[in-house]
Amino acid sequence: MKKSPPAWPEAIYRILKDAGVRQVGYVPDAGHKRLIELCLADRAMRAVVLTTEAEGIGLAAGAWLGGERSALLMQSSGVGNCINQLATMRECRFPLLMLVTMRGQDGEFNPWQVPMGQATPAVLAAMGVVVKEAGAPEGIPAAVDAAARLAFGSYQAVAVLIAQAVIGIKSFQEQAAQ
Amino acid sequence: MKNTLHRREVVSHLLKDRGDLLVVAGLGSTAWDVTAAGDSPLNFPLWGAMGNAAMIGLGLALAQPKRRVLVLTGDGEMLMGLGSLATIGAQRPRNLAVVVIDNERYGETGMQRTHTAAGVDLAKVAKGCGIKTANLVRTRGQLAGLRAAIHRSPGPIYSQVKVVAEKLPLVLPPRDGSLLKARFRKALLGDEADLA
Repeated sequence: MKKSPPAWPEAIYRILKDAGVRQVGYVPDAGHKRLIELCLADRAMRAVVLTTEAEGIGLAAGAWLGGERSALLMQSSGVGNCINQLATMRECRFPLLMLVTMRGQDGEFNPWQVPMGQATPAVLAAMGVVVKEAGAPEGIPAAVDAAARLAFGSYQAVAVLIAQAVIGIKSFQEQAAQ
Repeated sequence: MKNTLHRREVVSHLLKDRGDLLVVAGLGSTAWDVTAAGDSPLNFPLWGAMGNAAMIGLGLALAQPKRRVLVLTGDGEMLMGLGSLATIGAQRPRNLAVVVIDNERYGETGMQRTHTAAGVDLAKVAKGCGIKTANLVRTRGQLAGLRAAIHRSPGPIYSQVKVVAEKLPLVLPPRDGSLLKARFRKALLGDEADLA
């Protein structure tokens, strides 16, 4: 039996729309597949595929300089690629809304994902990013909405970590079939 | 081939009568060059973010499609963010130019040779990334054409300007990042920028 698709990617997309987000940088993750598709299909949004997540920090800074709001989608492994660039967001008080799908947590099947996944909240906090953890699907919309308000209303860098349990991929085979 | 152009002359030529051009300057020498040509609230000189000047320019260009955006940066800074040329090539912003002032050195750290001194050709990299208007500038005679292209030609534009490796007096912009951001937004977006 085919599972019905989860509702939270649509909910995030609507929150981004309501928040006036116009640019969405991303390095793909299986957990963000649906949200990326929604952003790419929206002619009022510019979805920008990046070669590394660090580029997305620059994109967000440039967007804000130009008067536009943005969001940045990545997997937890990408957080490590962003560290030095996060310094700019803090020094300049640029808003930043990061939506991070987690790996290396409960049920991880790839041991290479574990070190960065486990370090993700501490690394973000060390760079001055406000971290909000969403452990269950029903909590995601409220977490993203609050994060967007904090980011754009108070010029903060905020990351919402979407738990691996929410995404629920348990094997390479499942991931490849997405 | 010996490089003969001088970076401060190049940058002041490119920024002459700049009008409403928006400028992002990479950290180090290009930030000092841009400031030596005349500090402006529509400059965003970086004191960090190495490797990301071109991406800041891309975000700005996408947000401001009716304005021309110029990223001026150094070869070392560009080398750290080569992937951004691929990202710019994929997005093809018509209003963005990236000009690399290439002295083939890491100028702030002891003038160590960069990869371009070993023959790495960033204009070819840019072309390979889908930035069709990508060229190498070596002579004074090419500067007027580059300046015109920055203001008028359909982007994205990439140019590599070979310059003499020289140590010059520092001409520093303000270094408070929050101030640089706020003055840029106010000059570009008006007093209402931060009331929304």
